[in-house]
Amino acid sequence: MEPTSHSFPANARAGLADPILQTALGLARTGFPLRRQQAIARLPEFEELREEGRAIKDHTLANLDFYLELYERNVTAAGGQVHWARTAAEARAAILDICRAANAKIVTKGKSMVAEEIALNDHLEANGITPVETDLGEYIIQLRHEPPSHIIAPAIHLMKEQVADAFRAAHTELAPARPLTDPRALCDEARTVLRPRFLAADVGITGANFLVAETGSSIIVTNEGNGDLTQILPRVHIVITGIEKIVPTLEDTATLLRLLARSATGQEFSSYTTLSTGPRRTGDLDGPEEYHVVLLDNGRSALLGGEFQDMLRCLRCAACLNHCPVYAAVGGHAYGWVYPGPMGAVLTPALVGVAEAGHLPNASTFCGRCESVCPVKIPLPKMMRHWREREFAQHLSPAVYRSGLRLWVWVAQRPGLYHALAGIAGRVLGWAGGFRGRFRALPFAAGWTAVRDLSAPEGRSFQSLWAERQRREGRR
Amino acid sequence: MSAARDDILGGIRRALRRGPLPADTTAELAGRVAAHRRNLVPARAAALDRAGRIDLFVLMVEEVQTTVARVSSEQDVPAEVARYLAAENLPAELVAAPDRSLDAIPWETRPLLRIRRGRAEADDAVSLTPCLAAVAETGTLMLASGPGTPTTLNFLPDTHIVVLHASQVVASYEDGWDLIRARAGLSPNPPPAPSSPSPASGGGQGGGEAAAGGSAHGADRVGAVGPQALPRTINLITGPSRTGDIEQRIQLGAHGPRRLHVVLVEDAPRQG
Repeated sequence: MEPTSHSFPANARAGLADPILQTALGLARTGFPLRRQQAIARLPEFEELREEGRAIKDHTLANLDFYLELYERNVTAAGGQVHWARTAAEARAAILDICRAANAKIVTKGKSMVAEEIALNDHLEANGITPVETDLGEYIIQLRHEPPSHIIAPAIHLMKEQVADAFRAAHTELAPARPLTDPRALCDEARTVLRPRFLAADVGITGANFLVAETGSSIIVTNEGNGDLTQILPRVHIVITGIEKIVPTLEDTATLLRLLARSATGQEFSSYTTLSTGPRRTGDLDGPEEYHVVLLDNGRSALLGGEFQDMLRCLRCAACLNHCPVYAAVGGHAYGWVYPGPMGAVLTPALVGVAEAGHLPNASTFCGRCESVCPVKIPLPKMMRHWREREFAQHLSPAVYRSGLRLWVWVAQRPGLYHALAGIAGRVLGWAGGFRGRFRALPFAAGWTAVRDLSAPEGRSFQSLWAERQRREGRR
Repeated sequence: MSAARDDILGGIRRALRRGPLPADTTAELAGRVAAHRRNLVPARAAALDRAGRIDLFVLMVEEVQTTVARVSSEQDVPAEVARYLAAENLPAELVAAPDRSLDAIPWETRPLLRIRRGRAEADDAVSLTPCLAAVAETGTLMLASGPGTPTTLNFLPDTHIVVLHASQVVASYEDGWDLIRARAGLSPNPPPAPSSPSPASGGGQGGGEAAAGGSAHGADRVGAVGPQALPRTINLITGPSRTGDIEQRIQLGAHGPRRLHVVLVEDAPRQG
């Protein structure tokens, strides 16, 4: 999809004004964090596991070339095939080639954020192949022709009424007057409609949560079972994923699996964790005859060795989205591309450029909840700060903002002047604030006062109180 | 394609500001992989004895809307299956895994139960399978694909019944990995480390056929793998299929089974 991250302010205003979105986000705001908290409370070792998870990922990234080559050897030994893709275009071409060789008409898909990243569905459709999303949330947004708004709950921005409307519009073969008033009926209808598609598909495409170097296995973690039907029924199974999903051993994978579901949905374990190794074996009665893995770089390797390397630890659990006050207010579509929330605010500038996505790392209160809930301890706020620095260095921020910031830096580097000016400003504001003690409007601060009052300073500054206290203690 | 491969690997090395790893480092990394060293395993299940593990498994699996019936021997499995199907208002008809670990179950004691052995087809309503192990820690069943255990049985039918022997219940995923490696002919703790006995080896699912390789009688690109590969599919199943994609209200049976029923046989597992 074409990014619209540059219009984040307008996107965000639209999100804030959308009553359906606000109701839907209200459900998410409480549900995910509560369930995560309950799951973690039951596992005393959770903090230690986070530290181990961080270490496993760091070790793998430091030796990524070794583990990728080992993984490739083991995929090949198991009868599978690895395709390397430097760019989204190369990944799309590799997948299209495999689909064409299989003479594919219908392709079923398990949920894959990397497939969204490379805009795979549009490419398949443009080439006469019908992609069918099978994850319920992905299916709903495919019918509505819109991108996911959350990395594990793609249709989280909708209420059941919108889903019912989408189903009525798409499933015209069913009775128009059928009741679709509760999630159960909607879920059953999706199951009924999608089952024949699963059986008719020529190729199944899934993502991967992990790639195990030791065994050459890809792993998907799901709850619906759609990913499994996608990969066992068609003749060809294609895995599309990023190079950073590698994990050395099954033991390392177990540690990360213990972190993943608890951080994502607050489950002890997701319903289905599935390891796939090569195609079906001699004597097997089912399973795909071909197994392909498309390994996508698309800017990932360039993040190694620099200030954004830690982002490559990301497990895509969405805990940072679920705990972000900004995401909870504006929703995922405001971020304008595939990856929303704090992880998107760091990853999107890396993948589509800071010129396009410079607003995203600025859309943060720096409250730090994202980092505190991250299962692999990614320092998200710190990396957003790095992007802000780059944005400034590349002269991408507005001129008024830049000259204001430059002026502030000049003053802040001169403590005497700074304190003098701060003292004057404090006294003037304190006097102008009068007996109400707050401002409804203030020149140069409309961005603040348009939606809330600004408290007027009272009494003396912290600096002067601190200096006085130091003097007092020095005398004692 | 290989240009892309070289570019990506070269780009990784450039970004990490080094060339290809020296031989002693790659040997060290290969050793790390081969050692299968366990990271922290939570005490929740690891500290329990056999009976405690089984109780924890039952507790955890029931938490995720799975039903469990404990029977005292394989002789009682047909009666329990018939009872369950009747109680759920399901027809007395099922497709069972052709795996030989289910052969000793005396189905003839329930002649009204119609059983087909094979993979699942689109209109099968109920399946019955063995499993490789069950992980007490989270109530997770481990199933491996093979000629006797087609994966479609685990996902296509609306109701999935799993026969589990009490001695197949292990504490952790790591215990399960050891079983899987042993079955695939991969030593759980390869040399030079001394091999430790795996917990509950020899349980249920499959024989060694899946890893045998060699004379392919299917399409020639299928199945021609060495003895060192895992089974094509390993399913870790924790409860029935579910979704929360509409208003985050959990619905069971999104695409996979709506019901998961475990028949827990208290006797020792059959060998071989």
